[in-house]
Amino acid sequence: MRLMVYSRGLLAAALLALAPWPAQAGVNIQHWTTGNGMRVYFTPAPELPIIDMRVVLDAGSARDGEQPGVAGMTATLLNEGSDELDADAIAVRFEEVGAEYAGDAGLDQASVSLRSLSDANLFEPAFDTFMRALTNPSFPPDAVERIRNQILVGLREEAQSPDAIASRAFYRAVYGTHPFASAVSGTERSVRGLERKDVQAFHERYYVAGNGVLALTGDLTRAQAERLAERIDQRMPKGKPPAPLPEVQPLAEARTVKIPFPSEQAHVYIGQPGIARGDPDYFPLYVGNHILGGSGFTSRLMKEVRVERGLSYSVYSYFLPELVAGPFMIGLQTRIDQATQAARVARDTVRKFVREGPTAQELTLATSNITAGFPLRIDSNADILEYLALIGYYKLPLDYLDTFNHNVEAVDQARIRAAFSKQLNIERMVKVIVGGDAKG
Amino acid sequence: MKTLLLAALAGLLCIASATSSQQPGLKLNAHEYELDNGMKVLVKPDTRAPVAVVQVWYKVGSADEHTGITGVSHVLEHMMFKGTERHPAGEFSRIIAANGGEENAFTSRDYTAYYEMLERSRLPIALELEADRMRNLTMSKDAFLKEIEVVKEERRLRTDDSPPSLTYEQLNATAFNHGPYHHPIIGWMSDLEHLTIEDARRWYDSWYAPNNATLVVVGDVEPAAVRKLAERYFGDIPAKKLPDREPRPEAPQRGERRAVVKAPAELPYLMQAYKTPALLMSEHVWEPYALAVAAGVLDAGRSSRLSQRLVRGQQVAASAGASYDLYSRYDDLFLLDSTPASGRGMAEVEQALDREIDKLRTKLVTQAELDRVKAQVVASEVYAQDSIMTQATTLGALETIGVGWEAIEEYIEHIRAVTPEQVREVARKYLIEDKRTTAVLEPVAIQPAAKRAPAASEAAQ
Repeated sequence: MRLMVYSRGLLAAALLALAPWPAQAGVNIQHWTTGNGMRVYFTPAPELPIIDMRVVLDAGSARDGEQPGVAGMTATLLNEGSDELDADAIAVRFEEVGAEYAGDAGLDQASVSLRSLSDANLFEPAFDTFMRALTNPSFPPDAVERIRNQILVGLREEAQSPDAIASRAFYRAVYGTHPFASAVSGTERSVRGLERKDVQAFHERYYVAGNGVLALTGDLTRAQAERLAERIDQRMPKGKPPAPLPEVQPLAEARTVKIPFPSEQAHVYIGQPGIARGDPDYFPLYVGNHILGGSGFTSRLMKEVRVERGLSYSVYSYFLPELVAGPFMIGLQTRIDQATQAARVARDTVRKFVREGPTAQELTLATSNITAGFPLRIDSNADILEYLALIGYYKLPLDYLDTFNHNVEAVDQARIRAAFSKQLNIERMVKVIVGGDAKG
Repeated sequence: MKTLLLAALAGLLCIASATSSQQPGLKLNAHEYELDNGMKVLVKPDTRAPVAVVQVWYKVGSADEHTGITGVSHVLEHMMFKGTERHPAGEFSRIIAANGGEENAFTSRDYTAYYEMLERSRLPIALELEADRMRNLTMSKDAFLKEIEVVKEERRLRTDDSPPSLTYEQLNATAFNHGPYHHPIIGWMSDLEHLTIEDARRWYDSWYAPNNATLVVVGDVEPAAVRKLAERYFGDIPAKKLPDREPRPEAPQRGERRAVVKAPAELPYLMQAYKTPALLMSEHVWEPYALAVAAGVLDAGRSSRLSQRLVRGQQVAASAGASYDLYSRYDDLFLLDSTPASGRGMAEVEQALDREIDKLRTKLVTQAELDRVKAQVVASEVYAQDSIMTQATTLGALETIGVGWEAIEEYIEHIRAVTPEQVREVARKYLIEDKRTTAVLEPVAIQPAAKRAPAASEAAQ
């Protein structure tokens, strides 16, 4: 059923970022390493005749180097040709068996995923095509040109979206010379300059077993999973992971970036560098942000900006932990003439929270929300695959899910206050406002 | 390749349309009851996780609105979270949150629905809250005045500042010039400016009644136990006499219509709509299924025609999509959309789409194409079983639209039965110029300052 639906809240982005990967017995995560060094994370889920798999690689735009956009272009080109198959043939081979393929690059990772029915007659051809795309893409010159064109169209699409403009400006201002400053889609100039051999070289360097994590779930046994993992492993060069990304420097001073745009709304982002995955302050920051701006309708930002003042449809905050410090980010959109007011309300709300921390009542509500909601996070194979990829890629403890609720319950008001005052400096934040005229 | 907007349109509900299967063990097998007050109850056990989804569907949406009060269904949806005497404003969300649940709601042309997703033992909490707000909504004026501002921001965000959405809104309003689907779901801004709390109250008093509602529960639950709970919480809510729905059929379209939308944008964008029957009112049951297959031949994955020919072959489009929804309360649209590739003109794109439609009218689709569409339908039905939310949404939408949830069980069977001749026949009958509406987005230059984002003004605070 097509149909645009309108809803009371569009909070997906906000809720995803620090999404709990909560715990409770029930997710049987099995882990091993293949001959070439690919780390495998597997959970059997035999109830539905589906197999889900994802190979995650340290091959996101943070590895672009002097060629912004090359990681994204590589991920996009994998299924545009392989061996003797062209893009049409690859598409047919997936779709005639009902399989779904996706290749995607983000900031600190790239991933290649397959969802297929588990019936061997359907799965085997899908898997074979998947492997050809992953391990032996031919990057046909005409496909490189076509995809370049599509990326350029995508960049113009970004240029007509005040939100995309604001997000780009935010990352640039927060990250300065760090690789995270640059957008996955690159820039018009860099994308025009990318050559086929750059993409080939990127694939050769980063799409290797030693740089890969395999997440696998669905209708297969441990023995089948092991054979599958070996089959993937053997077709990938051994390789090794790249050097760690540089650490992120804190902001030296506050900065405001105003960009005029002929929109009805101003898009506002406020924030600074946050934390990396595995940070010891993760749980106090997670629970604290849940209260501040991560829990949708019950969060403080929502109450102050939307419920009390009717200033915005969506307002949220999140920490986005990555291999190194991802951002802490507050986002909202509001009528142009209210932008300054809304930004001030948001900042005051954060300032008060950093200073005072949550109330006992807020903490109780947040803790019960997160812990009681645990089963919801792992109620589908698609969810389980996400967690396997997350735990595997960031090397989180295998019992991460099992101890999650306990770690959440161990957070108290003092730890939240301490973590927030250590982590956030409200006097040194980046504020981006896109919309209105230059004076804004 | 799906374009941005059609992908967005597809969203939650499109996935839903593919649920169920004729394969053993994959049927929805919902249990159906009706309470004495006319409320329908559908229960589908799925014991894979200790979780349950509760949805309450009201058969009222923007299709029931008229000029002057457009958007009222959606505004009322927002107000449903603003409290009852027993549970004042904010309490609904607080209680669900404290119990680890997720909650939200959505409004469409044909319905308004509310949902909670919880650990299974908390099911009664959601039912109690939903029953309470079915009849005891307080709706304070103060809350209304703030919330209507929120809704206006929502409209600015999702429509006014989105060139493709503006184009879709105009396409829709041009294709349906007076029928139930003429108005945007979120409402025209001028109507939002003038909407009053009395409008929302009237809407609530008219349509929110057990005999205009369906309760859907999917998850790790016992059908008999859910039935008891439904009776306990909803059983004593009296039925209402519902307003008559005047028939408002759209007058036959006599010739192609065009709309031009000028908005600050970088990219041109094209949408086309052909008037097509929906399953509910279709004279021939097979026709909507044949139209669904036609949409699939054009745009079911990257192997389909628009991707293969327009995006890759001729490279005339950066993206191109097609969609058709057979499940709606009134007759609907077969939609195409496209963004031209760099350096290619809008006219070229339009001609390329025309050629593809023309091929459907003149040549039989191949068996291989049909098989691929059918394979994808079967697979996506299985994939849809992975989400209890999708299962619940499918049941609720089909029941509320009026085709009955069982229609989903026949979906694959009907799709499998579609022949190449039938695809050609519906294309000849419906995908014709006289039933077509075209909307074109003509970009108005965004001022140069905005394009130079990196050089934008920066200042220490």
